[in-house]
Amino acid sequence: MTKTYKKLSQSIENAATWQQKYREIMLLGKTLPPLNDILKTSDALVPGCESKVWMYIDFDLTENTLLVIGDSDTRIIKGLLALILAMYNGLTPQQILTINAFAEFEKLGLIKHLSASRGNGVKAMVDKIHTTALTKVS
Amino acid sequence: MPDKSFDINLIRKDFPTLNQMVNEHPLVYLDSAATTQKPQYVIDKTTEYYQLLNANVHRGKHFLSEQVTTQYEQARLNIAAYFNVQAKEIVWTKGATESINLIAHGLTSKLNDNDTVMISPLEHHANIVPWQVLSQKTGADLKALPLNPDATFDIDACCDFIREHKPSVLALTHVSNTLGNITNIAPLINAAKAIGSLVVIDGAQAAMHLKPDLAALDCDFYVCSAHKMLGPTGVGVLYGKYSILNTLDPYQTGGEMIETVTLNHSTYRCAPAKFETGTPNIAGVLGFSAAIDYLNSLNHREICDYEANLFRYASEKLVRIKGITIYSSLSDNIGTLCFNYKNEHPYDLSTLLDSFGIAVRSGHHCTQPLMAHLKLNGSVRASFCFYNTYEDVDNFINSLHECLEMLD
Repeated sequence: MTKTYKKLSQSIENAATWQQKYREIMLLGKTLPPLNDILKTSDALVPGCESKVWMYIDFDLTENTLLVIGDSDTRIIKGLLALILAMYNGLTPQQILTINAFAEFEKLGLIKHLSASRGNGVKAMVDKIHTTALTKVS
Repeated sequence: MPDKSFDINLIRKDFPTLNQMVNEHPLVYLDSAATTQKPQYVIDKTTEYYQLLNANVHRGKHFLSEQVTTQYEQARLNIAAYFNVQAKEIVWTKGATESINLIAHGLTSKLNDNDTVMISPLEHHANIVPWQVLSQKTGADLKALPLNPDATFDIDACCDFIREHKPSVLALTHVSNTLGNITNIAPLINAAKAIGSLVVIDGAQAAMHLKPDLAALDCDFYVCSAHKMLGPTGVGVLYGKYSILNTLDPYQTGGEMIETVTLNHSTYRCAPAKFETGTPNIAGVLGFSAAIDYLNSLNHREICDYEANLFRYASEKLVRIKGITIYSSLSDNIGTLCFNYKNEHPYDLSTLLDSFGIAVRSGHHCTQPLMAHLKLNGSVRASFCFYNTYEDVDNFINSLHECLEMLD
């Protein structure tokens, strides 16, 4: 787990109410630089239902560490995306595969955002990172 | 059930789901257009089937089978009476979607590339896609009625359009699931009937709120889902004018729907049995009938008045909030408010509202053509029912203010 993630997740974990949690998440989303419109292609879309999430995944050639950029048209999903990026960016494929995003979201009280009824692509984002890491390892 | 006058405090007590906390707030359920909550009476009747009556319907000669068959057929009479039609014109399905698929499938052998099927841009996907498939299979042309920019119909223009294009089938929703707008379908039905069209009405949203008299409406088919009228999920109705219903080809084949079977050939029974193959959703049908009993025990006029007043109260409050755009008609509406706030994503708004225990829906509401017509990616939908209170409206509006403050 990256240091950035630990710092960011702390503020969400400490939030006393749902409203404070969402406030923190939306603030987090604001820190994510917006993706240029040219990059918002259908190829980069993470299959979700309601909210749009664009994501680019690559590995740094020399360090072999993950580099993800992304954006979303909703504030909350963008905040969760920022959280996921903080969770995984800069890690090696081996390190990535040791992370259980579900457990992390559970800890933060955000597990419902990974639920099937949401169809928001949060789970798809995590899956995409893990699948990419897996192909890199094998 | 004995008749009772409309007392919201008593009604609330009939719906156990409504009495709970969600995210540390009292639940405000404003998603009745997706599915209504169920009164305890419906829950009890459904359970009672499994506890006391469980047996298969029809043909059994033993006590339980006779008991449950009687109740099952009584349910058909009950629903038929609710819509003022004959019991043999009621086919049990698993919901409005299956009912429409059944009709479209049943008409496949009767249409060709000289025919036109007409729908509207207001329709739920369930009243679009089956007709697209029918048109692909038969070569029939698929046309949509003209819709005003505000998603209302110019009824005279639509009647002219019907007369001009002479559809063989006209399939329209009685009430928009996204907007709650009630379409004045009577003149459209009359215009279509005058030129010999078959008219299919999607009553999924309307059946409970409007209690339509189908004999008076004179449409050929009307479909609805039990779960949007206080009943269980997985059961619905296809009403078909008997002479026409009986000419449809069967949708599924198997037991119960046959008259005779040899190894090479089968003959079918008449409607409704022709369309009811396989063991049906017996508990669902009995629960649906209980829901009709519950609705009948209330005065429909009083329900309508209460819902209209509640809707006026809610819409007057919503309309005053700066930055809110409402897409629903504020007159002739069953009680649905479809809206957005500035350029905010409806997902954010509905998620934030949920944190206050307010259950609304966001998205395209299975009406992508309507969203395209309104040039929207989605919207928030708050849909009311007679079990909602003025306090629900106040909680909704107050929470909405807090959400908007978080977004600004």
